[in-house]
Amino acid sequence: MQITSPAFKSNVAEALADPHLQKALHFTRPRFPERRAAAVAALPEFETLRDIGRDIKNHTLANLDFYLEIWADNVEKSGGQVHWCATADDARAAVLAICQRVGAKTVTKGKSMISEELGINEHLEKHGIEPVETDLGEYILQIRGEGPSHIIAPAFHLNREDWEESFRKTHTDLPADRVFGERRDIMVEARTILREKFIAADVGITGANFLIAETGSSVIVTNEGNGDLTQTLPKVHIALASIEKLVPTLEDATSLLRLLARSATGQDFSVYTTFSTGARRPDDLDGPEEYHVVVIDNGRSAMIGTEFQDMLRCIRCAACMNHCPVYFTVGGHSYGWVYPGPMGSVLTPSLIGVEKAGHLPNASTFCGKCESVCPVKIPLPKLMRHWREREFERHLTPGAMRNNLAIWGWFARRPQLYRAATRVAAWGLGLLGRKRGRFSWLPFAGGWTDGRDLPAPEGDTFFARYARQQRHKS
Amino acid sequence: MTPPPRVALFVTCLVDLHRPSVGFAAIRLLEAAGCQVDVPRAQTCCGQPAYNSGDRATARDLARGIIDAFAGYDYIVVPSGSCGGMLRDHVPGLFEDDPELRRRADVMAAKTYELVSFLTDMRGMTDPQAAYAGTVTYHDSCAGLRELGVRDQPRALLGKVAGLTLTEMAEPEVCCGFGGTFCVKYPDISTRMVADKTRDIAATGADTLLAGDMGCLLNMAGRLAREGSNIQVRHVAEVLAGMTQELPAIGRARDGR
Ligand code: SF4
Repeated sequence: MQITSPAFKSNVAEALADPHLQKALHFTRPRFPERRAAAVAALPEFETLRDIGRDIKNHTLANLDFYLEIWADNVEKSGGQVHWCATADDARAAVLAICQRVGAKTVTKGKSMISEELGINEHLEKHGIEPVETDLGEYILQIRGEGPSHIIAPAFHLNREDWEESFRKTHTDLPADRVFGERRDIMVEARTILREKFIAADVGITGANFLIAETGSSVIVTNEGNGDLTQTLPKVHIALASIEKLVPTLEDATSLLRLLARSATGQDFSVYTTFSTGARRPDDLDGPEEYHVVVIDNGRSAMIGTEFQDMLRCIRCAACMNHCPVYFTVGGHSYGWVYPGPMGSVLTPSLIGVEKAGHLPNASTFCGKCESVCPVKIPLPKLMRHWREREFERHLTPGAMRNNLAIWGWFARRPQLYRAATRVAAWGLGLLGRKRGRFSWLPFAGGWTDGRDLPAPEGDTFFARYARQQRHKS
Repeated sequence: MTPPPRVALFVTCLVDLHRPSVGFAAIRLLEAAGCQVDVPRAQTCCGQPAYNSGDRATARDLARGIIDAFAGYDYIVVPSGSCGGMLRDHVPGLFEDDPELRRRADVMAAKTYELVSFLTDMRGMTDPQAAYAGTVTYHDSCAGLRELGVRDQPRALLGKVAGLTLTEMAEPEVCCGFGGTFCVKYPDISTRMVADKTRDIAATGADTLLAGDMGCLLNMAGRLAREGSNIQVRHVAEVLAGMTQELPAIGRARDGR
């Protein structure tokens, strides 16, 4: 996916001026929080479960090499193959090699963020293989040539009119006078088209919500069942998973599954939860003849042992962005790469570099809502602040900002001088603003006063008044 | 009789510079709650602008000054959730590599309280003995709410203010878009967020907006004024201290407009 994170500010300007996007954001905004709140209220042990989830992930990350070995052994024992990939290039090459070896012409795909991160579709297309997205949201994005704007609802930035328009433009062999009365009509049309693709596909590629060490299984959850058709119908199933998807046991996976659906969509459980273990055995009724797991590092192991390790607990539930007022103001595309919202603001700089993604951890008010809903208790604001520290150390913080901070910091360290300087400032601004009580414009305050007035100070500082009062008393 | 607790007021830079009356309201309330209040002179700012911009060195320097200036009091009280949160939740973490300062920072953190929650939770205040004729809506500032657990305390005290009716926003807990330096780094996002907030405020029909943090208050007051709204914006301490007759609302002229 093309990176536009450095242009965050202009992405935002566009997003704010886009009435279609704003309509979609406005429509969806209250829904996720409402649903999650209801699901959480119905499960008294939810808070305890969050601690358990955090601990499972921490334990796994602390022993990642150990569990990865056990997992890989178990995959191979059950007839699957493991492909270790250090970089995105390695992973693309591994996927392509499998597809080419079996002479694949079309490949069906379940929704997978890691596939977006790796750019699998572009790579397959370049080599003459047709990838077909089978998740409804991903399917329309593929038709429209767009990237996802959300990690679990990739196309929620589109309104129903957009869907209808794209379907009419693309599915030209269907009657032109067909009616799209409701959401269901869109689904039925997509389902009809995708059925053929499922049957024709030579390879199915999915992501994985979890890898389970004790069984060598991969797990996917979907609400549409598309992932299940993707991984069971074709001769070959490739699961893409980054290393931090690992959990030790089935029990651990189920604990996290209880958190995942509630945090994500407010469901008690997703509609389909499918465990894949190995390839089809001689007396199995169905399943792929080959089962591959492409396991990807692509920057994760470099986070281990750093202040960003906590981010690797993420189970991609999207609760952080679903509750983020910045995300719902600017939309997912503004973030300029695969992962938007608070989790993206921490993860993206780790994966593509803070030089490119520096805006992301800065574009937060640190309101803390994300951390308060994260099922594995990732301290997202703290991690964003760590990125700001890295930027500051490396002089990536904008010059004007640094200068202002330096001047302010110099005074703030010297209470006496600070007193004098603030007194002058408060007095001057107080005098200027006395008549109206506020300013609609001030030099250097354009950012503030473009959209709001600046209330004028009372006119004297607290400390000046307090000193006077104390003198009177004595 | 036990001697009154010695309370040090951490004024905060915005109250000092912008709205000193909030500091005096805090003193009035603390004294009414039986505290002996002192205002250490060697204080400037809690360091959030530096800390949240990644400048740990400056944040540490400021924090050391605060640790020194505020040692020896029973409590440190702050008329702001975000500055209180800084002193209580973040300052200790600045001294991971210095056990002695870390210990002193922990001691300071444990004594630090946001003003309104201190009055109710630590001093047992149930009735501020104030009057205010108006319909009020209360905004939960983020750090006060999520770091310090301030939510029910201000509402409980406001409920006892004579003549005051409290009416809730649909989403009182959603960030107003201030975010410290955020509002100048990303003014267009910040403006859109505060506009969402003022829509929610206006929909309550309240004539007064209260909150416990000057940053949020300046932001929301500035936006309401730009929209031509008549809603009066004040720090919650002004109402609880019965001080509203003494000064115009935030961003208003002396004649109240
Ligand atoms: S950071 Fe937490 S809330 Fe956000 S997607 Fe990951 S697990 Fe979910």
